Amino acid sequence: MAAIANQSLTRRAFLRVSATAAGGLLISFYLDSPLFAQSPAKVYPPDAFVHIQPDNTVVITVNRLEFGQGVQTSLPMVLADEMDADWSHVVAELAPAADVYRDPFYGIQMVGGSGSIAHSFQQYRELGAKTRAMLIAAAAQKWNVKPEQCRTELSVVHGPNGQSLKYADLATAAANLPVPETAPLKDPKAFRLIGNDTRRLDGRPKCDGSLKFGLDLDLPGMKIALVAHPPIFGAHPKSIDDKAARSLPGVLDVFEISTLAKGTAVAVVADKFWTAKQARDRLQIDWDSTGLQPADTPQLFDQFKQLAATPGNVAVSRGDLNALDTAPTDHRLIAEYEFPYLAHTPMEPLNTTIRFDGDRAEVWAPSQFQTIDQMAIAQTLGLQPAQVTFHTEMAGGGFGRRAVPDSHVQREAAQIAKRMKGTPVKLIWTREDDVQGGYYRPMHVHRVEIAIGPDGLPSAWRHVIVGQSIAAGTPFAAMMVKDGVDRTAVEGVADTHYDIANFHVSAHHPEVNVPVLWWRSVGNTHTGFVMETLIEELALRAKADPIAYRRKLLKPEAKKTLAALNLMDQKSAAWRKQLPSGHAIGFACHECFGTGVACAAEVSIENHRPRIHRVTVAVDCGRAVNPLSVQSQFQAGTVFGLTQIVPRGAITLKDGSVVQNNFDGFTPPYIADAPVAIDVHIVPSDDAPTGCGEPPVPVISPAVVNALFRLTGKWFRSLPLSNI
Amino acid sequence: MPYRRTRRLHRTLLFIASVTIISHAAAQNSAPPTRGSGLAAWQQVYSVLTHPRCINCHTATNYPQQGDDRHRHLFNVVRGPGGKGVPALNCATCHQDANAESTGVPGAHNWHLAPLSMKWQDTNDNILSSTQVCQSLTDRSKNDNLNGSGILRHHQQEPLVLWAFQPGHRRDGTARSLPPLTHDEFVAATKTWVAAGMPCP
Amino acid sequence: MESYTLTINGQSKQVTVDPSTPLLWVLREELKMTGTKFGCGISACGACTVHVAGIATRSCVLPVSLVGDRPIVTIEGIGQDAVGRAVQDAWVSEDVVQCGYCQSGQIMAAVALLKSIRKPTDSNIEQSMGGNLCRCGTYIRIRQAIKTASQKLL
Repeated sequence: MAAIANQSLTRRAFLRVSATAAGGLLISFYLDSPLFAQSPAKVYPPDAFVHIQPDNTVVITVNRLEFGQGVQTSLPMVLADEMDADWSHVVAELAPAADVYRDPFYGIQMVGGSGSIAHSFQQYRELGAKTRAMLIAAAAQKWNVKPEQCRTELSVVHGPNGQSLKYADLATAAANLPVPETAPLKDPKAFRLIGNDTRRLDGRPKCDGSLKFGLDLDLPGMKIALVAHPPIFGAHPKSIDDKAARSLPGVLDVFEISTLAKGTAVAVVADKFWTAKQARDRLQIDWDSTGLQPADTPQLFDQFKQLAATPGNVAVSRGDLNALDTAPTDHRLIAEYEFPYLAHTPMEPLNTTIRFDGDRAEVWAPSQFQTIDQMAIAQTLGLQPAQVTFHTEMAGGGFGRRAVPDSHVQREAAQIAKRMKGTPVKLIWTREDDVQGGYYRPMHVHRVEIAIGPDGLPSAWRHVIVGQSIAAGTPFAAMMVKDGVDRTAVEGVADTHYDIANFHVSAHHPEVNVPVLWWRSVGNTHTGFVMETLIEELALRAKADPIAYRRKLLKPEAKKTLAALNLMDQKSAAWRKQLPSGHAIGFACHECFGTGVACAAEVSIENHRPRIHRVTVAVDCGRAVNPLSVQSQFQAGTVFGLTQIVPRGAITLKDGSVVQNNFDGFTPPYIADAPVAIDVHIVPSDDAPTGCGEPPVPVISPAVVNALFRLTGKWFRSLPLSNI
Repeated sequence: MPYRRTRRLHRTLLFIASVTIISHAAAQNSAPPTRGSGLAAWQQVYSVLTHPRCINCHTATNYPQQGDDRHRHLFNVVRGPGGKGVPALNCATCHQDANAESTGVPGAHNWHLAPLSMKWQDTNDNILSSTQVCQSLTDRSKNDNLNGSGILRHHQQEPLVLWAFQPGHRRDGTARSLPPLTHDEFVAATKTWVAAGMPCP
Repeated sequence: MESYTLTINGQSKQVTVDPSTPLLWVLREELKMTGTKFGCGISACGACTVHVAGIATRSCVLPVSLVGDRPIVTIEGIGQDAVGRAVQDAWVSEDVVQCGYCQSGQIMAAVALLKSIRKPTDSNIEQSMGGNLCRCGTYIRIRQAIKTASQKLL
């Protein structure tokens, strides 16, 4: 089966996109669909997803970026299983930008929202089944037998009378057959790959230096670009002295480009990175920040706290809050939480390579948002998206940082490519650019007032959340912001599974001159922390077992959270009884992106830091396509979640500028911060798969802080942790 | 910060000491310096030893310090069994035989921590007193069995000592701050102190 | 611009570069050896780790002018070594990697550890790997893979 010719794909894609291109940036979203249901109606041609090489290697195209989550193994597993391909001869490749690779639910080509498997499981099953059906049809024709008389195994079709043909020998014939509308899917009992621990296809190349990431791309004649960004978002250069910069041999050009927050930056293009860096360091730029808000972290927290004391735009309102007024003081809990800005800092610095040829462009980018980035680049270059060939490169992490609605990095790269027409230019954001460059998890303040009933359960709950809206001003606003509430700021609280009859959640979204973005698990990063520390505190006040308390308070519909809670209880019961002195436990459970998670963390204090000896985490993600990958996501995602609590885990601003500029100032978890042991348990399930990219993140920080309460008597409500 | 406060003190002492040294220049070849001038010279030596460029590697803990604020060395660097770090995270993993000016990493031959016996701080990173450091320095069971001329030679020639006076630039281009004396002055003060019999206050 | 002759993975390579250029960029751009990664540029993350005269070294802060004639081994060459091979095999069998970007540096660090301490304790592992950053957070499996490699090599 030959891979689809680029020409015809382009033509189809052009037809679909042209209706929208004239109206500017218009993208259709289907964000109201349930995350884990599958859309049945779309047609995906198998030849865009499967290519059988003459040596019988099966190349499977993955419709979204691989950035650590394992999708370049798990989605091929799904397709290969239905197709009965020989797994030892399957390779994966990342799809370029094209309509056929759009996420079936979101309607754009993207990765995020923990949706890779949730949204493409059914799609890839169907692709595999159809491919198999076509191969069988071709064989049946050749042998003049009925398709039902044939069977497939390990990339071979077997006929009823001992005939056999390799898929490679049938590919051409199969390609000429019509694609069936439907094809029978396997009974899950017959899965050979799905549900089994499978090592990553990209494991070895990532261990021997051979796998190339976006940053590793090398093209003949390629140049390197660095950008000197304004120290305050939105500023412009008053004056630029580039004499010293230009005097360095190998510097090609220095020029202004527009940058995020409507500011202006200065691009340097040179033949090599080190030259570009030295040149940029020599630029003398006087910045004009007139009229720009000089954001300052202590001032912002003050402002946010004042807002939190007043009702915001209503997200949820049910029952009444009278109990809050009538409850005696010892039956009230008032808590205020502070969360700083967080940078994502994926290990691979942001980069995009573009060559602009006037009537077309070619892009190489490790992008989570191919459709959006392709459109942004086209717009910047005055092209149609179909004139922009967009290659998806392997990415060194993302955590949301490579899924940016305004495609600011790509727009910078496109402006530079336009100026350097005909020459491929790789734009690199250094780590300093990255740490200082904005698009953070927003800072937040929560103010919660709880009335505690005689049964120790919350009888009324008023919750105010203050933080910038991530979606405001982006094409996502229409879907995500309703009645003045950005749902990404209140998710995890507004949709809580705890049965709180009298519940009022509201939000303020102040405007701050700091660009913000979703950070792995988005609102759940702070809402999960608040909910799970408060619930634990309520349980402890009621002198109840925190697991039993949660079990009691969770609605029965919270099946996945309850299943995870119960499994975690079961798997940690033995070690929980045997805590050494100086060790304590904390619990947390949370559901997000359709997946329920519960954990228990064993913690002691060493040198004023939490030492996490053990975490038992249980997850209900429906059917686990690759349990080894689920385990990996939870072991590693737990560590990622600790970014919120380790020292120097904060981005702060002073006089409008970001204070930190590299890992010395903003420090993510190192190995000493990681739990010594993490055991992961998957709730057995045949339900449709849901994601594991983000669900690991929200539970670990509250669990650790809950343990710290037992050790210190202090509730740490301001992150990152300090003064332990 | 202790360093800031003692700087003024050091300047005052420097003046007193320099006056003392000058007045003794003529008498140098004949009588050894008095205990008083030895003590004054020691204060000058102490002012250098407790400057961040020196004391950052004379810690009492399993880590070095860095910077003028003497914060714990970042990136989880540790002392290791021989004061040279641990495999995969040796001092030499980043520190070369010379300052790497283009990248802001200081360097000198055999970059490593002073042994714990030569700690000049306590385990809370507080600088030890002049008396404590002097006693430590002159204790041959702690100082690698050096006598006065051995100590002098160490101050004259040890690459890491020399480095303190040419510590290079940080990655932001700024120069690292220097000890309160030049190397020559430091050696001269050591000479005077040694000649006076290495008195401790 | 100066010319340098570097010994890399046993081969002699000539480059002509600005002497202040970090070894990392000489490897990546002059020699097109992109296995050694750029993560931070300030020796904070270890993604740029190579071996120089057998010592794990952060190449992002090492100006090429300070290398001298010391032999260099990179991730591309570490597999020629029995310890290197054992570590890479363990990394694969334990399915360590996620995004993989930090792993060249992690592996080079782990090899340096195992060459020095054949049977490292948990404390040895935590200290030696203590300065290598993994944003994905694969430390649990890194620890396990080091133990697996260690057992293979004993």
